[in-house]
This record gives sequence, structure tokens and C-alpha cells, in this order.
Amino acid sequence: MNKLALSDEILLKVEKPARYIGNEVNSVVKDKSKIDVRFAMCFPDVYEIGMSHLGIQILYDMLNRFEDVWCERVYSPWIDLDQIMRAQQIPLFALESQDPVKEFDFLGITIQYEMCYTNILQILDLAGIPLMAEERTDSDPIVIGGGPCAYNPEPLADFFDLFYIGEGETQYRELIDLYKENRAQSGSRRDFLRKAAKLPGIYAPSFYQVSYHADGTIDRFYPTEEGIPAIIEKELVSDVTDTYYPEKPVVPFIKVTQDRVVLEIQRGCIRGCRFCQAGQLYRPVRERDVDMLKEYAVKMLKNTGHEEISLSSLSSSDYSKLEELVSFLMETCTREHVNICLPSLRIDAFSLDVMNKVQDVKKSSLTFAPEAGSQRLRNVINKGLTEEVILEGAVEAFKGGWSRVKLYFMLGLPTETEEDIRGIAELSNKIAAAYYETVPKQKRNGKCQIVASTSFFIPKPFTPFQWAPQCTKEQFLDKAYLTRTAIMEQLNQKSIKYNWHEADASVLEGVFARGDRRVAKVILRAYQKGCLYDAWGETFKNDVWLEAFKECGLDIGFYTTRERSLDEVFPWDFISCGVSKEFLKREWKRALSEQVTPNCRMQCQGCGAAQYKCGVCFEKRNESDSMTPTEGGAL
Amino acid sequence: MKVRIQFSKHGVMKFIGHLDIMRYFQKAMRRADVDIAYSGGYSPHQIMSFAAPLGVGLESDGEYLDIEVNSHNGAEHMKQALNAVMVDGIRILSVRMLPDQAKNAMASVAAAGYLVRFRKGYEPDFDYQGTLQDFYGQDTIPFVKQTKNSEIELNLKPAIYELEIRDEAVYMLVDASSAGNIKPSMVMEAFYRFREKDLPEFALQITRTDTYTAIEEDGIKHFIPLRDVGIAF
Repeated sequence: MNKLALSDEILLKVEKPARYIGNEVNSVVKDKSKIDVRFAMCFPDVYEIGMSHLGIQILYDMLNRFEDVWCERVYSPWIDLDQIMRAQQIPLFALESQDPVKEFDFLGITIQYEMCYTNILQILDLAGIPLMAEERTDSDPIVIGGGPCAYNPEPLADFFDLFYIGEGETQYRELIDLYKENRAQSGSRRDFLRKAAKLPGIYAPSFYQVSYHADGTIDRFYPTEEGIPAIIEKELVSDVTDTYYPEKPVVPFIKVTQDRVVLEIQRGCIRGCRFCQAGQLYRPVRERDVDMLKEYAVKMLKNTGHEEISLSSLSSSDYSKLEELVSFLMETCTREHVNICLPSLRIDAFSLDVMNKVQDVKKSSLTFAPEAGSQRLRNVINKGLTEEVILEGAVEAFKGGWSRVKLYFMLGLPTETEEDIRGIAELSNKIAAAYYETVPKQKRNGKCQIVASTSFFIPKPFTPFQWAPQCTKEQFLDKAYLTRTAIMEQLNQKSIKYNWHEADASVLEGVFARGDRRVAKVILRAYQKGCLYDAWGETFKNDVWLEAFKECGLDIGFYTTRERSLDEVFPWDFISCGVSKEFLKREWKRALSEQVTPNCRMQCQGCGAAQYKCGVCFEKRNESDSMTPTEGGAL
Repeated sequence: MKVRIQFSKHGVMKFIGHLDIMRYFQKAMRRADVDIAYSGGYSPHQIMSFAAPLGVGLESDGEYLDIEVNSHNGAEHMKQALNAVMVDGIRILSVRMLPDQAKNAMASVAAAGYLVRFRKGYEPDFDYQGTLQDFYGQDTIPFVKQTKNSEIELNLKPAIYELEIRDEAVYMLVDASSAGNIKPSMVMEAFYRFREKDLPEFALQITRTDTYTAIEEDGIKHFIPLRDVGIAF
């Protein structure tokens, strides 16, 4: 039986000890004496969140297929254990071997959302690794970050030795070989980082410098040594069928957020919604071969014993072989008593038919994401979904027995007016009215339930809205109040429930999203003052964050509400995600003139992603297709 | 056909609670390709029932679950197939067929045996081996059970069927039925009280040795392990 890093006394005291013991089905244990490189892969949040993440499962599987590497998992200890580890000076450990992370060669940290930044410092701190990269020595692991937030790594630049920009499947083998080679030559940590900095997709912040204008914007961002690239190109898997994908994902003992087989059917999105960062970062759309998906579905279900399978992608309805795949799954899964989850599906006859077969209609709700309340504003954000399509979908669904509808909107989008906000209330009302018109009294099961939720819009790098000013907290709250008032004025207000997000966290997220290197000291300060688990409402301490900004002399408004000029150098401009700044500018201007841009399948917009020579950019287009945007909602 | 499965739970698995063990076995049945029967209705679930829930922190050699199967390739095959998909710390010990009239695992539980050891550094500072029988010999064994809002005074004596020293550890066979279930820690706490001591937190390392059902033969009540209700197949 394997040893544990924590004593029985501690494990019996903390909440959910299963978070810390490893030993899960399909977790990988190797013989330490037979491997060369130890890799700790970390998701800096609690186990149940981290274990639900597909990317980690892919990289864990890939790295463990390398015979010379043992990859283990690390998650943030929850606050109860965090305090015990600090008090008793227990070093952070990896789950499989229970060995201290500090003994590893690499600590990889996936950075999925901005509000996990203090958790990254917790990981380093508990591991006994200096928080500042420049203070690390040859005995510390190489700390490497990846994931969507690595596309603007600057607020975290001081804490990381390397960032991996783009999809993880492509460069780790080379990086690890380089590491082994450097070690064999008795090269220093600095030697390794210098060599790594020259690999495609790898950014080593310590080899770059920034100078600023008097107004605080960036003057120049440049490499400090010859041979270090000035631009980092994102890494991308050009063939998503012939690549790494886990056949045996790790199965947790405790219930986690995503407790099912996850089948990633495609990467990227053809839609080009202007607020959406993922839609730009993962261009171009690449589909996995349907036969490969069928094979993996069967293998993964068999190897995990999961009772549910979910398709994953940014917009599943755009997958060209969706019907074939879903029919196959329905046949296989019904036989095996496996549930099918189909998120991000457009609502139409096909999807309703499928949902009818795989779900309990009475219990499930259908979801639309119009994102904005008026057609004008939907045109600004390039969300092609029209009111007509939403109402048609809703009517079809009501006929099919559904009575619950979820609607997702954003507040604070560029050019938004009061009228657009009222549109949220009006659309919700129309859907409720459609229910009462469609479903006769005797067939109704009480009222219909419309749940309208709003989140606050935060401009993200590499989107056409990267130039847009973000709203202040007060503006956000005014907008939420107006939405609520407008909903209360509706005829069917009793059938509509309204939820809105916290505004404080949105302001901070805005700072980190478009922040520069100077933001690092605020993150450090806030962490030292006790901020941790900022993504969790119960542990988020806004007042402490505000103090930290004050103490560091940083102005929040500079990063959030400031209007940026078209020629401003952004902190993330040295990264190329394949989409050109020119294209994004074009899209920003089209947004302001309320012009819709056709999706990638309809017409190429020359965004720049065609340079990767794969995916939708090289599919045969049917130019005679209707040019009307037909995007629907999602189930 | 109903099948009774006995398994052990050791090592790090003692930190996995009862509900998660149930989920673990549901997935294990699928991995092992056991042709388990499902209930009807809109959301069918596997027909599976567990005997006595084991507290977090306890180990066991006598855990049981009953399942219903549509088909099988014999007990040995099922045992091997399940063991091939188990994690470290859980082993399938026996697979038996249940007679149709047998009560399900949970309903038939009458008693459980426990071996109580002391964690290193927590050994009692009194002669527990020499005084255990004095404690057991009392007419009543009082125990105050704390509930949310009140204290209930219990007499543990009738619920303790056996109490003795085995391999330097305390062995007890106690009531584990749904009506009168008592925990081994309650007995140990009462023992410490009897010696005018307080049982420190985390002092005990407890292993459930087996789970029993009661049968009556010639008017005398016997306890037999749950597996013995089943027959080989």
C-alpha cells in the first residue's frame, strides 16, 4: 500500500480527504528509478474543479505515454488543509507518489481563469518554491504555465520560468528532451531557459524587457538577448484525429463537477462572436474524425465505467458529422444504460428530437445564449442568433413538453443602451408569452419557468473588443438594477427569474485579463494579505484586493475602464495566436457600425489562421449557401 | 439471480466514504463487464445494495454488497473480472449466489466484528488487557450519546456479544442491526470512562473483521458471516 504525505489525524480532520490520497482508477504510478523526468501537472483550484478539466487529462495521458517521464497531478489544498500545511510545515505533494512537488523537474500549471492567480502563488508557496522566478535555483522545478490565460501571461510573468503558448500536445517532447540534454551537459537553470526560449510556442519572460510611456502604456517590449524570438507563435495541433487523447481518463472517487466521459469533438469555433476569446484563440476549427470519436467513446466508457458521456466543443451543432455521432452514441449508450449530455447545441428539430430521447423532458431545461437583449446589440457582438430563431426554438420545445428555459446575457457590452437592456426583459417576456400561447391550459404543469442570467462583459485580449473600455462596478450594478426593474415591469414577470453576477470580481478579472507586468506586484501583495480562492464567492475578499492596489500604487481604471487607442501596444502583442491585429481592428470597426460578419464556413474573412494550413480554412466551402446567420441557442 | 460479494477495504481506501464506495462499485461493474440488472423507470439504476456502511477511517475484511445479474460465467470468473478492475486497497474476497428468499444485505445485518488497535503514540497508559473483562463483566455499561440537541443515556451491555483480547488488540462483536447498531468507538470510550480516562481523538485503528447475520437453530441465536448465506456457483 502506498504511503501518504498526510497523517491519518490530518486526513480525518479535513473535509473530503479523498482529495489528497490519489490511488484513483487509471491514475498512473511508475517506478521512480526507471524514469528521467518528473512532471507535476497542476490545476490551481480545488480537486473537484481540477479533476473535471479535459486539458489536464489529455496532457497527463500524453506525458505518461513517454517512457522516461512520470507525470503526476497536483491541486490546490482547500483552505482547511492549507492552514494545517502552513502550521505544520508540510510541503505540497503530488497525488500519485505523495512526494514533495519541490523534488520534481517540472511544475506545470494550467491557467484557465484569471481569478485563480492567488492560488498559483499558494501552490508555489506550499511547495517551498520561491514565488519570484528570479529567486529560484537549480534545485527548484521549472515552473511552466499554459492554458488560455497564458495568452496574456504578463501579470504572471514574475512568477513563471516559462509559458507554453497554445495547444499542449505539440512541444512537450522537445522541451523535455532539451531539459535532459541540458542536464547531461551539466547546464544551469538559466542555460535551459535560454534554450527553451528558442523553441516554438515557448515564452521565457526573464529574457524580455518592457519600457513604458509617461502615460503608462507600453513603449517597447523586446528580447534582451540575441536569438530570443521577438514574437511567440502559438502552438497548434493541425491533425486533431491523429494525436494524443486519453483512452483511460482518471476516475475520481468523489463526485466532481464533470463526472463523465468527455469527448472533445472539435477544437475551435467558426462563429466569431466578438466578445469570445476562445473563438479567436483556437482558430481554425478542426474536427476530429467521427470514426475516431466512436472508437474513443466506447473505449473510454469501458475503461472508466462512467455512466454518462458528454460531447465537448465550443459549438457542437457546427460539427459536420453530429447526426452520425449522436445516433451511434444513442444506440450504444441506451444499450449500456449510459446517459448522453449534449451541451452547446443549437435548438432545432434535430436537437429537440435527440434531447427527447436522451433526457427527461420534464426535468431538463433548454438553454439559449442570445448574450444581448436587442438585435442591434447582437449584431454588434456578431451573435447571429435572432429573436425569431429563439422564439421558434422555444415554441418547438414547449410543444415537446419542455417548460423551463434558461437565457444567458451579458451586460456592459460595447455601445449598449438602456433600450438594449430592456430588450433582455422583453425577450424573456415574449418567450414566456409563447409558452402560454403554445401550451393549452389543461396541458400545463403550472407556470413556465424562464431564468434570465446576466454576467458582466469583460474585454479579453485577442478579441475585437480588446480595445473596448470595461464598465465600472457602479455602471455594472446600475445595469443589473435596470434589468431587474425592466423584468418586473413585464406582463409575465412572475414566470421570469433573474440572476446576476457579482460585480467586484468582474472588475478584478478585467484587470488581470488585460494587465501588464506591473500587475504582478498587486497579485503578490493580495496573496500576502491573505487572498486565496478568489473564484469562490465565499472566500473572495474584495476589500483586501482594493487595499493591495492602493498599497502598490496601481490604478484599476487604467486597466479596465480606459479607452485604448488603435495604435496602442498591448502587453500581449508579442504573442501571435494566428489571428492578425489588423483583422481584429477590422472586426472592432464593423462592430461599432453594427455589421455582422459571416462565419468561417460561409466566407473566409482572412483572419490569418489559414497560415496553419488545416481545419476549416482548407475545407471545401459551399459559397452558394445562404448568407443568413442561422446560429441558434443551446440545449 | 442475486449475487453476494464480499470485499476488503484497506490502506488509503479507508478515507473513501460509504456513498463514494457505492459509486465506485457502480463504475466497477461496468469496467468488469458484469451483466448487472437495472431497475425499470425513466432513469434506470443498477440493482445493488450494501450491507452495513463503514465509517471513514475504518478498514475492513468483511464488507458486503448484493447485486442482481442477468447472466454470468461463474463466481470465480466474476471475482477475477472484478479484481482486475479494483484499485489498491479493495479486494473481492468471495462471490456467492443468494437463495431467492434471502433478505438483502442491509436488512440481514445483525452484528459486526471489530479488531481495535491503538495508533502509535496513543497506547493506553493503563493495563487494558488485564482489565477488559472487568469492564465487560459489569451488569450495565453506560454510555452517553451526544445528539444535536440532547444527550441520550444508553446501556451498551446487551449490544456487545463478545469482547476479548486477540493478538494484543481488543476484539468485539457488537450489534450492527439497523435497530441497535453501536460503534466500536462507543465501546472503547465507555471502557476508558470505566478506567476514569478520556479516549483521545484518533487513538483507535479499527478494522471490521466481518459482518454477520443472525440465524436461529433449535431456538438458539447464532451469528454467521453474510457470505455463508450464499452458495457457490
